[in-house]
Amino acid sequence: MATTIAGVEKEKLVGKRLRRREDPRLITGTATYVDDIHLEDMQYAAIVRSPHAAARILSIEIAAAQNSPGVIAVFTGKDTEKVGGVPCGASLPGLRVPHHNVLAVGRVYFVGHPVAVVVAKDRYMAQDAADLVEVNYEPLPAVADPEKALAPGAAPVHPEWPDNVAFTFHQDGGDVDKAFAEADVVVKQRITSQRLIPMAMETRGVVAEWHGADRQLNLYTSTQIPHLVRTLVATMLGLDENRVRVITPEVGGGFGSKLNVYAEEALMGWIAQKIQKPVKWIETRRENFLCTIHGRGHVDYYELAAKRDGTILGIKLKIIQDVGAYHQLLTPAIPTLSVLMMPGIYKTQNIRADIVGAFTNCMPTDAYRGAGRPEATHGIERMVDILADELQIDPAEIRLKNFVANDQFPFHTATGLMYDSGNYAAPLKKALDLVDYGKLRQEQADARKQGKWIGIGISTYGEICAIGPSPATPAGGWESATVKIEPSGKVTIMTGACPHGQGEETTFAQIAADELGISVDDVLVVRGDTSIVQYGIGTFGSRGTAIGGTAVYFALQDLKEKIKKFGAVLLESDDVTFSGGNVVCNKTGQSKSLPEVAASAYRAMKLPPNTEPGLVSTRFWEPPNFTFPFGTHIVVSEIDGQTGEVKIRRYVAVDDCGNRINPLIIDGQVHGGIAQGIGQALWEQAVYDDNGQLLSGELTDYAVPRAHMMPWIESEHTTTPSPVNPLGVKGVGEAGTIGCSPAVVNSVVDALSPLGVRHIDMPLTPEKIWHILSKGA
Amino acid sequence: MVPQKFEYAAPDSLKSVLQLLDAGAKPLAGGMSLIPMMKLRLAAPEQLVDLQKVKELSYIRESGNAIHIGAMTTHYEVETFPVLLRKCPLLAETAAEIGDLQVRNRGTIGGSVAHADPSADYPAALQALEAKLVLIGAQKERTVSAAEFFVDAFTTVLEPGEIVREVIVPAEELGTGTRYEKVVQPASGFAIVGVAVRVRRSAGKISFVRVGITGLSNHSYRATSAEATLAGTTGAAADVQNAAALVAEGIDANSDLHASANYRKHLASVHAARAITTAISRAS
Repeated sequence: MATTIAGVEKEKLVGKRLRRREDPRLITGTATYVDDIHLEDMQYAAIVRSPHAAARILSIEIAAAQNSPGVIAVFTGKDTEKVGGVPCGASLPGLRVPHHNVLAVGRVYFVGHPVAVVVAKDRYMAQDAADLVEVNYEPLPAVADPEKALAPGAAPVHPEWPDNVAFTFHQDGGDVDKAFAEADVVVKQRITSQRLIPMAMETRGVVAEWHGADRQLNLYTSTQIPHLVRTLVATMLGLDENRVRVITPEVGGGFGSKLNVYAEEALMGWIAQKIQKPVKWIETRRENFLCTIHGRGHVDYYELAAKRDGTILGIKLKIIQDVGAYHQLLTPAIPTLSVLMMPGIYKTQNIRADIVGAFTNCMPTDAYRGAGRPEATHGIERMVDILADELQIDPAEIRLKNFVANDQFPFHTATGLMYDSGNYAAPLKKALDLVDYGKLRQEQADARKQGKWIGIGISTYGEICAIGPSPATPAGGWESATVKIEPSGKVTIMTGACPHGQGEETTFAQIAADELGISVDDVLVVRGDTSIVQYGIGTFGSRGTAIGGTAVYFALQDLKEKIKKFGAVLLESDDVTFSGGNVVCNKTGQSKSLPEVAASAYRAMKLPPNTEPGLVSTRFWEPPNFTFPFGTHIVVSEIDGQTGEVKIRRYVAVDDCGNRINPLIIDGQVHGGIAQGIGQALWEQAVYDDNGQLLSGELTDYAVPRAHMMPWIESEHTTTPSPVNPLGVKGVGEAGTIGCSPAVVNSVVDALSPLGVRHIDMPLTPEKIWHILSKGA
Repeated sequence: MVPQKFEYAAPDSLKSVLQLLDAGAKPLAGGMSLIPMMKLRLAAPEQLVDLQKVKELSYIRESGNAIHIGAMTTHYEVETFPVLLRKCPLLAETAAEIGDLQVRNRGTIGGSVAHADPSADYPAALQALEAKLVLIGAQKERTVSAAEFFVDAFTTVLEPGEIVREVIVPAEELGTGTRYEKVVQPASGFAIVGVAVRVRRSAGKISFVRVGITGLSNHSYRATSAEATLAGTTGAAADVQNAAALVAEGIDANSDLHASANYRKHLASVHAARAITTAISRAS
């Protein structure tokens, strides 16, 4: 679309595949990450961690470490007892929240639990000395499996709660008992969603700098939520929030794992005060495995009631959530998102959900890309396939039958949500066309006759994005933006959303460039420094553009009004239009460019009536609802009948994320999401043994997909704008992950269906499939 | 992920290297295994002697019916060197399966075999090739066969102060068909199982066959009963199956997160059959 103003054609940038403006510094290695921060006289911290999943600390000998070369301090849990506990921001009735000291006091609860910290002149000296700290433990029985933890007689993770129940949650919607009583068929299945390691390429890291005279703490940390870290670390350390400055330089991936407040962030802030010098701690990869939150960790028991024609009448779900040893920031909230999402995009109005959170002697689970929604989507999409198999109905057909219809929006779900907009059949039909579904089924039948194991898996997912309205989130669900038009007409956007790889330095500039009729090169997006950017919430839950971008949009509307006012003064006319970067007098056709108007707004020789100088607007936008993207992923897989190895032959993804600001970035998000979805479906698993030792605790054992392991992704879209925000956008950061795993698993189960296979738990390792094939043959 | 303190030397002559080794230094070749172990503090050598600058250890030379490969030759060089591609394609094909491009650019054949990871790729090929390894120390040089060299997991016949100087593989007779088949461990890229096969045919029969196996147990080996079963047959599908069924016979197979012992044995048989079939198809 183009608008012609004063003879200049301004092409719309929203919708264009602009290359990411942040990439040159990233791909040339000139970006600054936490580990690139070097301060005068900076010291290094190394943390001594528990090798036991459960043990009493009998004594800690620190003398040898204290005398080690270069060491300036060694601290243990006794020293840091007054530091506030690591916070849990989520609340549920009856939630049991164990006090989470930054360094263990008396007892350790998981392998990797920080016990002591050594501070030395360099990181080598720090690690050498850390190796000299002698901790005498009395090992205690541990429990690492959530179902075993809930069984009678299990070792108590926290002695004060011997049943290991961290929380329970119940939700009823509609009349589920009636639905099940009236059902022709009920299918049941236990479905697990294994523990995963989020595996950001950049591990966590903190640099803390204390200015004693001002009682000012500067904290550089790799986080998705700098302002929330500021508030919570200030509380933990008893500092004034406005004297804690959190700086988040480049973040090398978060995926939810940096949507948190960690012990080390407060600990480094505390150490910097104690030693009166800056201190740096960079998490090792091993520590990242052990001590950064894990994702998923569900055991789900599903029951689906249906009529013989395939109409779903009701869903019962019992979730056993592996909590780990503590609650991190949002731990108990994550499975409640699964409950919200449990009906998927199907119209059934009868649900019953029960969650039991189980303490285990493991690292806490928390938000990992999708956070509760991949688990729920995996569950419902598997159950719909199981139902289709039971009733011998085609999996595409049974989905079409149960979709919320286009005329039912906004649609109130049994879980209390209001789906904003949708056209669920559109991506399904498009994906079916892309794979030529009818022909594909014929090819599958032919291949089976030749003894080949070909499977077709469909996943029609929905998800909850733009998290979220404040009443639904623990810390406020709005987002903020300040847009400043400088005297030269250049535009600076300060976003509270703190994007960290999602591309908003580009997409926000596209929005601003279109609204103001300028070039993206005239727009700078600033984020990640609490002393520069107004309070914000952060980037997670696919909210950056839908909420943060909308805040930018409204700030721009304010400025456009003000630009018109200043332009009108310059043009000496009451009848002006602002368009294409110029204020134009509708009578004379004379115009003033944005730089001219901006200069006059700051020069302030003549102010419009009731107008202050300057061109700055700050908006905090509270969304009235979540947004609900959706789509269809279809996977064609082939199984090696001799080895059980799964090969993905085709991957078709049709995603509907509402209006599209930058399709190139959307493709990237979809690809990355699918990589993590396939990772869960086929390879990744955080495996703890019965003693709570993490067996897959190195990259040599934890299989993160590499580029060459990925299939070609055929990515398409449909567009159903969201009515929730004026941009009509929904969010796409997690869609790939959410849509993916059931498509992969459904395809493999479909391939093996001649053997009577109905379900296989992830990851679909070749050995697991080989066992199924061996039994079948 | 920082190592303990160590001394470091990088002389440019083999003689100086051997002197330092004799004095107790640990040799560093490509560093693909040693450096990560040092960073995890699982290894803490007090002195490292880096072989990177010893040019006399980096070569591929044909001599008579053998090809001599210097220990510091990288996997990438083995993978792409024309003489090897032509006359010992099994080794080149094996090298191409190691790790990723970065690893193949840094890692060396001498370092890999000396480390003797039971899941490494080369040992399967070296067993099948009946390769010889020239070992050198300050006092003496000796030559051992691949079969003698690999003793156990991470254990070889190398004595303290000794390094692998050279690997000697045969220049294949015309008409030899070879194949390396690998099941990749998805996290590490090492072999869950690797099978290297060489065959020759004569008058419609399999006249020569060698099968080397890696990954299955604590050290690589030649599957001699499989070889004996295949030799003299026409190499028909049933012959291949019968032979392949024997590759794991009597082997105490490893078991880990990625594959149980039984599954490993099964994979060894399946991939032996595939490797033999391909090798036969390549033999003329």
